[in-house]
Amino acid sequence: MTETTSTSGNDDVLEYLLRLGDDRLVLGHRLSEWCGHGPILEEDIALANISLDLIGQATLYLGLAGETEGKGRDADSLAYFREGVEFRNLQIVELPKGDFAFTIARQFLFDVFSLHQLEQLQKSANKELAGIASKGYKEVRYHVRHSSEWLQRLGDGTAESHSRAQKALDELWRFTGEMFVGDDVDQRLGAAGVAPDLGEIQAKWRAMVSDVIQRATLSIPSDTFMMAGGRSGRHTEHLGHMLSEMQIVARSHPGAAW
Amino acid sequence: MVTGTARKTPTARESLLDLLSSIKDPELPVVDIVELGIVRDIIVDGDSVQVDVTPTYSGCPAMQVIEQDIVQALEADGFTNVKVRYVFSPPWTTDWLSDRTKTKLRESGIAPPMAIEGAEMNDLVTLRRTRKTISCPYCGSANTEVKSEFGSTACKAIHYCNSCHQPFDYFKDF
Repeated sequence: MTETTSTSGNDDVLEYLLRLGDDRLVLGHRLSEWCGHGPILEEDIALANISLDLIGQATLYLGLAGETEGKGRDADSLAYFREGVEFRNLQIVELPKGDFAFTIARQFLFDVFSLHQLEQLQKSANKELAGIASKGYKEVRYHVRHSSEWLQRLGDGTAESHSRAQKALDELWRFTGEMFVGDDVDQRLGAAGVAPDLGEIQAKWRAMVSDVIQRATLSIPSDTFMMAGGRSGRHTEHLGHMLSEMQIVARSHPGAAW
Repeated sequence: MVTGTARKTPTARESLLDLLSSIKDPELPVVDIVELGIVRDIIVDGDSVQVDVTPTYSGCPAMQVIEQDIVQALEADGFTNVKVRYVFSPPWTTDWLSDRTKTKLRESGIAPPMAIEGAEMNDLVTLRRTRKTISCPYCGSANTEVKSEFGSTACKAIHYCNSCHQPFDYFKDF
């Protein structure tokens, strides 16, 4: 009985680490699609830098996930050799990059979530997880500054940038509810002091997001139907297409090194 | 040179720190990895040694090169079993850079990091928040502006001096 309990606790941690890693891996890949296509040189570099931070964070979470699982899988094998249904990321991060306003709005909505999530995770009872989160937290502070300032410039810029930013927020809003939908894993890890309380994160997210949207002279979309399912492997049609591109080299040349 | 025989140098931690001081950050060759503060501990056990390092940024591509350099340097010193372990807590901070290191950065045209402030959450999202004044590493002018908080490497931001009209890197406070 004791053994069963401890194994299931381990499974929860593994599941949770995959969620943290996959959010950042998928979003990092989406951002990397801007490399060479940014609206101005400095912004091209900024998006590539943020992408690198996110993929770096993903590597750490997935590496720890592999160790936790104990079956010899490392970060690369988890990133490149899992199918779409095995990915645990939020649907919002897998949507195609869209125009610059869409990329910035999505980044902003996720950055603020990530900021408050990592702030809490620094206190996690899982010390390895807490250490990785404390590094990511410092990086995400720069990310929030970047995306919140851009959202304000777009919203308070020209009529066209304003309407594109508003359209992006309206399209993205139904994907934000999923960030705060907890399941049994969240509950058990919350009770064990490993994972933070999603309700608390939601309140802080809501306050900061509303503040910036108002400063940007944009309107907060109304809460209607919310998409969900990414955490249990149900994804939009976009993830598969993205993974086929992201994974093809590793799958065509398994074990290749250079 | 790996000889397979006993190591040439004493095992004192200080002497190994001296040895590791010969390894430069590949993206910032004026600074070595000990000055950078990423070497957190060295544990010697006979001919085995473990070096604890902490990455600067999660995705810093220089880490792999640095790890190889550490292994190479210690094997050349006679260690037969070199292990590099990554530690994440406490997280690396630019506050660990000494004044001497900061001077070296400035002399090579990189404005050194300012001390970390305990910024409030709201400061993160204020478009016109008060920014720190970063002095130009070339002419010393305070009349500079930030062009982008993301630059040529993860640890640098792009700034511009309005006095000497020179773009320069700022080593981000982190």
